[in-house]
Amino acid sequence: MELLIGQMFAGLSLGSVLLLAALGLSLTFGQMGVINMAHGEFMMAGAYTAFVVQRSISDAGVSLLVSIPLGFLVGGLLGLVLEAVLLRRMYHRPLDTLLVTFGVAIILQQAARDIFGAPSVDVRAPAWLQGNIELLGAPIPLTRLFILLLSLLCLAGLVLVLKATPLGRRIRAAVLNRDLAETSGISTRRTDQLTFFIGSGLAGVAGVAVTLIGSTGPYLGTNYIVDAFLVVVAGGVGQIKGAVIAAFALGVLQSVFEFSTTASIGKVLILVLIVGFLQLRPQGIFSLKTRSLT
Amino acid sequence: MSTFLQSRWGVLTGFAVGAVLLLVLAPTGLSVFNLALLGKFICFAIVAVGIGLAWGRGGMLTLGQGVFFGLGAYIMAMHLKLADAFLFGGSGVPDFMSLYGSGEVPGWWEPFRSPVVTLIAVVLVPGLVALVLGLAVFKRRVKGAYFAILSQALAAAFAVFLIGQQATTGGSNGLSGFRSFFGFDLKDPSNKLMLYSIAAVVLLLAVGTSRQLMNSRFGELLIAVRDQEERVRFLGYDPATIKTVAYVIAAVMAGIAGALFVPIVGIISPADVGVIPSIAFLIGVAIGGRATLLGPVLGALSVAIAQASLSSTFPSFWVYFQGLLFVLVIGFMPGGLASLPGLVSRLRRHRAEQHPTEQRKTEPAPPRPILAPESAPPATATEVPEEASR
Repeated sequence: MELLIGQMFAGLSLGSVLLLAALGLSLTFGQMGVINMAHGEFMMAGAYTAFVVQRSISDAGVSLLVSIPLGFLVGGLLGLVLEAVLLRRMYHRPLDTLLVTFGVAIILQQAARDIFGAPSVDVRAPAWLQGNIELLGAPIPLTRLFILLLSLLCLAGLVLVLKATPLGRRIRAAVLNRDLAETSGISTRRTDQLTFFIGSGLAGVAGVAVTLIGSTGPYLGTNYIVDAFLVVVAGGVGQIKGAVIAAFALGVLQSVFEFSTTASIGKVLILVLIVGFLQLRPQGIFSLKTRSLT
Repeated sequence: MSTFLQSRWGVLTGFAVGAVLLLVLAPTGLSVFNLALLGKFICFAIVAVGIGLAWGRGGMLTLGQGVFFGLGAYIMAMHLKLADAFLFGGSGVPDFMSLYGSGEVPGWWEPFRSPVVTLIAVVLVPGLVALVLGLAVFKRRVKGAYFAILSQALAAAFAVFLIGQQATTGGSNGLSGFRSFFGFDLKDPSNKLMLYSIAAVVLLLAVGTSRQLMNSRFGELLIAVRDQEERVRFLGYDPATIKTVAYVIAAVMAGIAGALFVPIVGIISPADVGVIPSIAFLIGVAIGGRATLLGPVLGALSVAIAQASLSSTFPSFWVYFQGLLFVLVIGFMPGGLASLPGLVSRLRRHRAEQHPTEQRKTEPAPPRPILAPESAPPATATEVPEEASR
């Protein structure tokens, strides 16, 4: 029983990291059709931000609280630059954005390698996050609980922005029908930029979060990007609800599979499951209802 | 010039020139070491021909060709390992298995003891995997980015799977240390020449197959599916079948390339088949011109040569360069180098149209030729479409 709860929680914790990574992807993919392979590297940038901040602020607790908004800013600015320099020229070629951003991703990886060195670095978790709490007899690490709460907080913030602010209304309009939104006087250009900023910023926050549970290396992003994309595909593009369900389902299933078989077979099983699921619902858990053919 | 290259005789001439270059000039001019290196690049070029068909012509961005390459490679490697163990070891158990595993050959290795089964499986297994996956995905109209991401996840899962099965696949070390190839000693230079020649002939055959397919009704349909899938469906064809066929052919080409890669290079490991190598297959195709016949081959060869000569001396620089190639070629020249002549002539025509008055002032405009227009309309097949649908 304790083992099962421990596994379930490990799954939820993996799911919360996936959710943080996938929320931004889902936004940009849903609104602009852009497939940003450099999203994982924005995570990596966020993680290194936490590392750099901790070098100047030695108190681990303060540095963590400073790193979270700063990671958001770093990720967001990187995203803004990427959008302004490259991606806005390519909105009509969504598949090609995947390859262009892959090029950006390997450049960023190599840059991180040249700046911070190839070996991984560690960020200390603050004292109040060390240790476990007991939940029905199972030990739950506080760091993982913190990440879960952080991702739920980000989710709530994002939903609030989308549902209750003028910017959110513009974003939703652009997702639903870009042409009509533009005709109604919305500057989709500005909206795209802001969406990209928020989405990439969330990746930065995700990067800060994962420093609590593992070490930071130049290839940190590659571990998450494929799974994060699977979350977006399974959840339905541009669907926050879908991303939440898919992220936690994927996280829990993966830890259950890994527990009952091995890590490698678990990965393969997940993929088979997703291909099978897309047979039932090719557009993911939720999908936009439109009148277009595709 | 370009019309000659597209004509039947032009293609035959090009084919003959390529054959002479690969089969006569390269073996006489290159050292044994460099010939083996060229053989390795030719394997990548064979994969590129398949990608050109699936991605350039069919619009399917396949980020998982490493899987099919790996399937062919590992099947061949398993056979070579078993044959070596039988020839040299006596016990019939590959060396690494007695190190890491139980010291027994697992059941699913057994079929590959037979050379005939191996040769059939090298073609059949990648083809069947692509068939099942293609039907599952395309029949449900999963396409575009969804397909690309799924194929990438497949490559990731395949690499993770191989690394996890240390006892039966060699784990992250892969399989290496082959000594013979169907009874031929792999150290013998004349046998190396033979392997190289097989690879070169396979490449020529792959290009020939691709050319015949592109010029057939199937090729026309494939382009139509890429550009307007719904319209093709309304005309009564099934786009899923057309796409699956192209995908299977690309997978088979990758599988054969993998099987040739193993004896030529002497090692196969998860690092050759995962996410990164699978995407790296694409850059050469994009540089050469993804929708052209020879572009993918020339692009893949030149990228491989550049990588071999640059990455050992400037490893960090090569990574930046590769990243820049992706950004610049795909972002700003989606047609690849093959689109350059068209771009230049369009620019020239544009300039001529902008300043027609200046010309008239200096001298009377020459009468326009009636018969020969100055440039033939560009062949639509070689243009890269703007993928408008999401």
